[in-house]
Amino acid sequence: MTTNTVGAVSTQYFTFAEDEPFCLESGESLSPVTLAYETYGALNADRSNAILICHALSGSAHAAGYLDGDPTKLGWWEDCIGPGKAFDTDRFFVICSNVIGSCYGSTGPASIDPGTGKPYGLNFPVVTVGDMVRAQVKLIDHLGIDQLLCVAGGSMGGMQVLEWAAHHPQRVHSAIPIATTAHHSPMLIAFSEVGRQAIYADPAWNHGAYYDQPQKPDAGLAVARMVGHITYLSEESMQVKFGRRLQGLEKYGYEFDTEFEVESYLKYNGHKFTRRFDANSYLYVTKAMDYFDLTQPTGSLAAAFADSTHVKFLVISFTSDWLYPSYHSKQLVSALTAAGVDVTYLDVKSSWGHDAFLLEVDTMTNLLGSFLDRLVREEHVTAPAGYIPHARVTPATTTALARTQLADNLA
Amino acid sequence: MNSQTLTSPDVVSQPARLRSDLLAIADLVEPGWRVLDIGCGDGALLEYLRDRKQVRGRGIELTEAGVLACVRRGLSVRQGNVQEGLADYPDRSFDAVILSQTLPFLDDPAMVLNEMLRVGRTAIVSFSNWGHWRCRLELLFTGRVPVAIDLPQQWYESPRRQLFSVTDFARFCRQIGVEIDRQIYLNRGVRIRTGRFKNLLSTTAVFTLNRRS
Repeated sequence: MTTNTVGAVSTQYFTFAEDEPFCLESGESLSPVTLAYETYGALNADRSNAILICHALSGSAHAAGYLDGDPTKLGWWEDCIGPGKAFDTDRFFVICSNVIGSCYGSTGPASIDPGTGKPYGLNFPVVTVGDMVRAQVKLIDHLGIDQLLCVAGGSMGGMQVLEWAAHHPQRVHSAIPIATTAHHSPMLIAFSEVGRQAIYADPAWNHGAYYDQPQKPDAGLAVARMVGHITYLSEESMQVKFGRRLQGLEKYGYEFDTEFEVESYLKYNGHKFTRRFDANSYLYVTKAMDYFDLTQPTGSLAAAFADSTHVKFLVISFTSDWLYPSYHSKQLVSALTAAGVDVTYLDVKSSWGHDAFLLEVDTMTNLLGSFLDRLVREEHVTAPAGYIPHARVTPATTTALARTQLADNLA
Repeated sequence: MNSQTLTSPDVVSQPARLRSDLLAIADLVEPGWRVLDIGCGDGALLEYLRDRKQVRGRGIELTEAGVLACVRRGLSVRQGNVQEGLADYPDRSFDAVILSQTLPFLDDPAMVLNEMLRVGRTAIVSFSNWGHWRCRLELLFTGRVPVAIDLPQQWYESPRRQLFSVTDFARFCRQIGVEIDRQIYLNRGVRIRTGRFKNLLSTTAVFTLNRRS
């Protein structure tokens, strides 16, 4: 696989809002709230080398290394986080936490409602990206970190990055939003809704009350995931990955069994997803993304960053990403420029669609690594004790095509 | 304990060796200025200005290779073309906006110069001079449209390229209400004193431009 790993890691838990409830944007509240998180590397003397990594829709706190020492449980951004990698864990203290509403250890609809002693199900309050980030602020407080050197993430992770920069600017030096948008478009809401409708339509969903049932809404969740996978690819990457090839057949069977490779791929990944993700969490997290719109309440994106002029931005998009098209990032860059923010932007040429942010590792390593080098220089960030300088490494053993297999598991 | 900064060994930059017209531009930039370089290429000029003149620089560059090179130098750079890049900046965001060796390739030079002087207090441009005596003789004696001496590109090598001289540019500036302030003339990279014969003797001109008040 890849060299230079952080090795065996374990997930940690932080619980807050036990006495005072955590108020949500919807007006509802949660109590208590648990966040699952992992950290890699060490803090320096003045706690100025912390980087927060934000995950996408179905991600977890496990961003790097082998979970509980199991080499098959690789972190979702293993290619970019580790000793000598873009997010160099020899130099930086890297944090990743699972968002609230998700199902990887943070409080979500599958958690036990202390009021009833049963899983929340649909009694779990609707959360927003703003809520997710305010929970992360609590975690950063708990870890004793005043200011993050950087917040970085792709897709929904990028929305959290923008939320940090716009609404908690005093807590961040820099922001790296990747393959994302400052306002969820109607097309994105539409895809979210198709996924949710697939879950609602599954009789086993039972209005979210399935945790004590033998049957879970796996069929609905699998279809939701299949739609998702289509949107993460591009026509070109589908041509390369599948073409019109048949799966284990010489010629058409003229029947409704799985015939094409692409069908088999979707079916396999849709089904596999049901073993690791909770259908209700899928509803909540997609809903949170749909509400995301930094142009509100003023209608101006530049106004959202009026207090963020000290935050240095690195905005990255990918030419073939049609889910979060480059012009969303360009609008963001225009707004940041108009607000007087220092912003670096590149639309990376790639044929891998939205998945590119996990696949274009060489370009990403160059961009992220050099940008972080600059931050270190400009913010005078010192090394943790015992750091020995070394050159950056790019995991060169895997091709982009091979990485797509990994991305299928982790996106 | 450990107070060394964390810069990776592979990003330590080489001592800058700048193209002669970029060195001339750098001489026209005052220490501490805020500078925007449009079409900044690999960022050599911005790096030089940052390191030697404590300039706070930004770049706009069209190519991915150029943007990556700039980021590697630790510069702030946006991918984009000249037109869309300039429009986002508020008035007077910079002390100087630089456009080096790009004028012949612009769709609408008047618009770009006006935008440069909206976004910046001054504009600094460099361009190859087709009024040089060798260009004139080339057309006269060979019947071939001359190739600029400092921009040795054939007519078919670029989608568009306007040919103009120092005299043409001065006239153009008068027409659009732009004043040429400081002037540096180069002949194949060497600065020359030209007196009345600047259009005849220079291969590249570097000007500071202001809005005529």
